[in-house]
Amino acid sequence: MKRTLLTAGAILALALSPAEAQNKTVKIGFVSTFSGPTAVIGNDMRNSFELALDHMGRKIGGLPVEVIYEDDGQKPDVGKQKTEKLIESDKVDFIVGYIWSNVLLASLKPVVDSKTFLVIANAGPSQIAGELCSPYVFSTSWQNDQTPQAVGEYMNQKGVKSVYLIGPNYAAGKDMLQGVAATFKGKVVGQDLTKWPDQLDFSAELSKARAAKPDAIFVFYPGAAGVQFLNQYVQAGLKGQIPLYTAFTIDELSLPRQKDLALGIPGAQQWVNDLPFDQNKKFVADFKKKYNSSPSFYGAQSYDAAQLINSAVTAVKGDLSKKDAMRDEMRKANFPSVRGPFKYGNNHVPIQNFYLQDVVKTADGSLGLKTVATIVKDSQDRHHTKCPMKW
Amino acid sequence: MLLFIEQTLNGLQFGLLLFLLAAGLTLVFGIMDLVNLAHGSLYMLGAYFAATFTALTGHFIGGVVLALMATLLVGMAVEVIAMRRLYGRDHLDHVLGTFGLILFFNELVRLIWGPAGMNLTLPSWLNTSIELMPGVHYSMYRLSIIIVSLAVAISLYFVVMRTRIGMLIRAGASNREMIGALGINIKLLFTLVFGAGAALAGLAGLMQAAILTAQIGMGENILILAFVVIIIGGIGSIRGAFVASLLVGLIDTVGRAFLPDVLKLFLSNSAASTAGPALSSMLIYLVMAVILVARPEGLFPAANK
Repeated sequence: MKRTLLTAGAILALALSPAEAQNKTVKIGFVSTFSGPTAVIGNDMRNSFELALDHMGRKIGGLPVEVIYEDDGQKPDVGKQKTEKLIESDKVDFIVGYIWSNVLLASLKPVVDSKTFLVIANAGPSQIAGELCSPYVFSTSWQNDQTPQAVGEYMNQKGVKSVYLIGPNYAAGKDMLQGVAATFKGKVVGQDLTKWPDQLDFSAELSKARAAKPDAIFVFYPGAAGVQFLNQYVQAGLKGQIPLYTAFTIDELSLPRQKDLALGIPGAQQWVNDLPFDQNKKFVADFKKKYNSSPSFYGAQSYDAAQLINSAVTAVKGDLSKKDAMRDEMRKANFPSVRGPFKYGNNHVPIQNFYLQDVVKTADGSLGLKTVATIVKDSQDRHHTKCPMKW
Repeated sequence: MLLFIEQTLNGLQFGLLLFLLAAGLTLVFGIMDLVNLAHGSLYMLGAYFAATFTALTGHFIGGVVLALMATLLVGMAVEVIAMRRLYGRDHLDHVLGTFGLILFFNELVRLIWGPAGMNLTLPSWLNTSIELMPGVHYSMYRLSIIIVSLAVAISLYFVVMRTRIGMLIRAGASNREMIGALGINIKLLFTLVFGAGAALAGLAGLMQAAILTAQIGMGENILILAFVVIIIGGIGSIRGAFVASLLVGLIDTVGRAFLPDVLKLFLSNSAASTAGPALSSMLIYLVMAVILVARPEGLFPAANK
């Protein structure tokens, strides 16, 4: 008898719950690279996202969270498949992640068509900042051109007169090289785009760069390729001869393998681990405590992605059907970003500062990244005028 | 012109490296009739061993020698444990079996060394460049790769052409059953050849480790090129592998270096810099296709079977 009652109760409870349960958890799909040589980046992003959830008490806007991590294998077709799976079968409320611009571009359509919110935690292809901008897409990183534009400014400040550009032949590589060229006032004496991601030997490109006799070389090689490029740059005897300027080539993930080779090579970044904001100090300190390593800018952007989602869900008090209200809240960027306060442009790309970072020896003899100066304040990407969105 | 010399050296270096990989592959293919996709895994192991042993011993040359011996041992163990079971079967089984080995080694490396990869740190005397002739600077390390690979190629030629074991290897390549029937310990010969091939792959891998870093799956990319080399050169032929590797290395590097500039003559700047890399990576396969049409057996087919 007791048992029958219990069963009946359970059935009743089950029958009543679905309508309510739909809004009981926030479902987040996280697409990044978790296999292959660039898996370290994906892991850093996942770790930071998890840390952000820890800091929020594993609740977003008061609701429990479920995160589904999917591996894109750094391949556009796989990324698109995983994105479709998250939308169609997992029915997630938010999609976060994307390291690679080409993977993101391939995955964009299913997200926008289904009106799922997308928070981009790294990639910043010019198309999404411009004509492909969408009310459902936000970035917590940057547009690809912004960081190299800052490097171009810095080279102007240093009096560099000519530069040779090298980068990978895919969406982000092309944006980056054009970004430098947009602000650099000197002459671009040559440029090379290399097959991505499988060309790892840059001997031919380095020889050409040397023969062109530029004042400086600019390169963009994210992940393991940054280590490989730097190895070969030093082996070619170019360090000390032609200074190197970088974007996304030296970071906390590659530095442990680049070691001393990276000393004194400048780069630009919107976030550096030593930025003096309270939330940043908490993020960096707790990350080191939990994972025993230093977070990278990839992680910082993922941490901010979790905070952005949290701000939106909190504003609608957990009613995830109020998409317009959530979007309006996200446009305010109303959360303590680890890079410091920033605003969103009309295309949902941050308007933010870019800092000069340098590699230095820390007190305990290991290598670390340090903010040296602010290169540009409140930089807005140059593609926002092509985005028809107004608000 | 000076740039052309430098690019030729780059191509030569890459070609010689390919030769080390292709030599083992072509020997194993030619003599044992075994399609070994896991050859790239031995290349990867060479890289990881070198990075580990040089870090442990703090000595570059010592670490390299240890890494070579370790790859040789792993190669012989793989032959005894796994490959022996595949000899009598057809090529599809070889492909499946050795593909399984690729997965096995990739996961093993992930378990032991983690997913991040390793960098082989060079001593300062290698981490510099020298002026070969006025205006031609070349990386000391790449130059030493050229020297080491050439030395290996020459001694390989000597061993295969002038020694008894080399005679057996050549005999094995042209008629396996017959040398077995003549009372040669074919099992031992196979283990030795496979181990030597592994050591050559390991040597290629450890030399690349300082340039490309040791990465999981690093062998798969270059293995495709190594197969192209042995197909162009003729399966089982060391001489063919040598000529074909240099051809592939030079075409790849020189194509990459100059094709975008050539394209700029009749294309817009941005179109040329986008199409250049795409086209130059196709170039080797175009050459392979042309050579196969003209000589389906490759440039230097091994003696008829």
